[in-house]
Amino acid sequence: MYAQMVKTDAARVKSLDEMEPQERAFQERIDAGQKIEPKEWMPEAYRKTLIRQISQHAHSEIVGQLPEGNWITRAPTLERKAILLAKVQDEAGHGLYLYCAAETLGISRDEMYGQLHSGKAKYSSIFNYPTLTWADIGAIGWLVDGAAIMNQVPLQRCSYGPYARAMVRICKEESFHQRQGFDILTVLCKGTPEQKAMAQDALNRWWWPSLMMFGPSDDASVHSAQSMAWNIKQDSNDELRQKFVDQTVPQARFLGLTVPDPDLKWNEEKGGHDFGEPDWTEFFEVIAGNGPCNRERLEARRKAWDDGAWFRDALTVHAEKHAVRKTPAAAA
Amino acid sequence: MTSEWPLWEVFIRGQHGLNHRHVGSLHAPDAKMAIHNARDVYTRRNEGVSIWVVRSSDVVASAPSDKGPLFDPANSKVYRHPTFFDVPDEVGHM
Repeated sequence: MYAQMVKTDAARVKSLDEMEPQERAFQERIDAGQKIEPKEWMPEAYRKTLIRQISQHAHSEIVGQLPEGNWITRAPTLERKAILLAKVQDEAGHGLYLYCAAETLGISRDEMYGQLHSGKAKYSSIFNYPTLTWADIGAIGWLVDGAAIMNQVPLQRCSYGPYARAMVRICKEESFHQRQGFDILTVLCKGTPEQKAMAQDALNRWWWPSLMMFGPSDDASVHSAQSMAWNIKQDSNDELRQKFVDQTVPQARFLGLTVPDPDLKWNEEKGGHDFGEPDWTEFFEVIAGNGPCNRERLEARRKAWDDGAWFRDALTVHAEKHAVRKTPAAAA
Repeated sequence: MTSEWPLWEVFIRGQHGLNHRHVGSLHAPDAKMAIHNARDVYTRRNEGVSIWVVRSSDVVASAPSDKGPLFDPANSKVYRHPTFFDVPDEVGHM
């Protein structure tokens, strides 16, 4: 997902009986489906976990602009270029909504940027893969945004008010992203044999990394159990992955593309697909910073930040100068 | 230098003659840039016809712990709601 394997500091999930009165009251509010708002009391671990999760989510939106930005100047038509530009601008907006939500928990924007640039904070593994052809832009919208929607929709109901509200805004816009991707692939699949082959090649390269987005099975994870108790995670990684596969396979069939998994087959009994296991060694390598584009992505973000420093400073100085001029005392 | 830009709260009036509503916040060096940024961040799909921005540090908020003392006095005054009064059927709509 956009936030993968978020740690909670929990050794195990406490029962209501084991909690101090304040924490019990907090947990009971969450169990009753109430929202927690910024200035209200919350356990320190809840605050820290949310900061990790929301900032990681925000970083993913921001870094996610890079693979797609790669194709803005090379989009095949002016219309496609305008659409892609709008899509990438949305990703920037999503990052900003989320950074603001995280800031309500007491971390500053610059601290979060610092954590991204130093490599301390993570972002989704998926954005460390390269976009080699135009069809990759289609595959990202269709698969990557499609996978993101799977867990962002339930997050609209999560327990932390600012995060839930940011998710509502994001989900409204996300469906445009997925459809524009599918539309790119539809056109390619109806085109020349070379174009169709390009679409198939993109699916071959993006399928497994997309399944990895959900993270390894977390049925035995204390962190996932704790996050679910806090209602900042609603479904297990395997449940979401299953849902994603079941939704996506018929769409691939519509496109006339073959999902690159020899083990994929419909299981009538469970009413879903059986499918192969992603290569988790690759996933952990990417998470550890050794994916095909990790270094390039971080360098691009650091460079953008450093190159923009003079401009941010100049606007600050400009604003201060004008504020002084407007004060009558200073003019006298 | 490199100090962080101040935080602004953003309020947008939707298309239909509604009140301005809080939609979120953003960082900007001054009010003018805050409006420009708010347009790009919060109204990319015609969500509004008017934008207010207020420095977050200028917002005065009630404390969550004051919830009881602040709002309890209204609880006992049910007669403020029209449904408190029975209107006889023969009177009809009122």
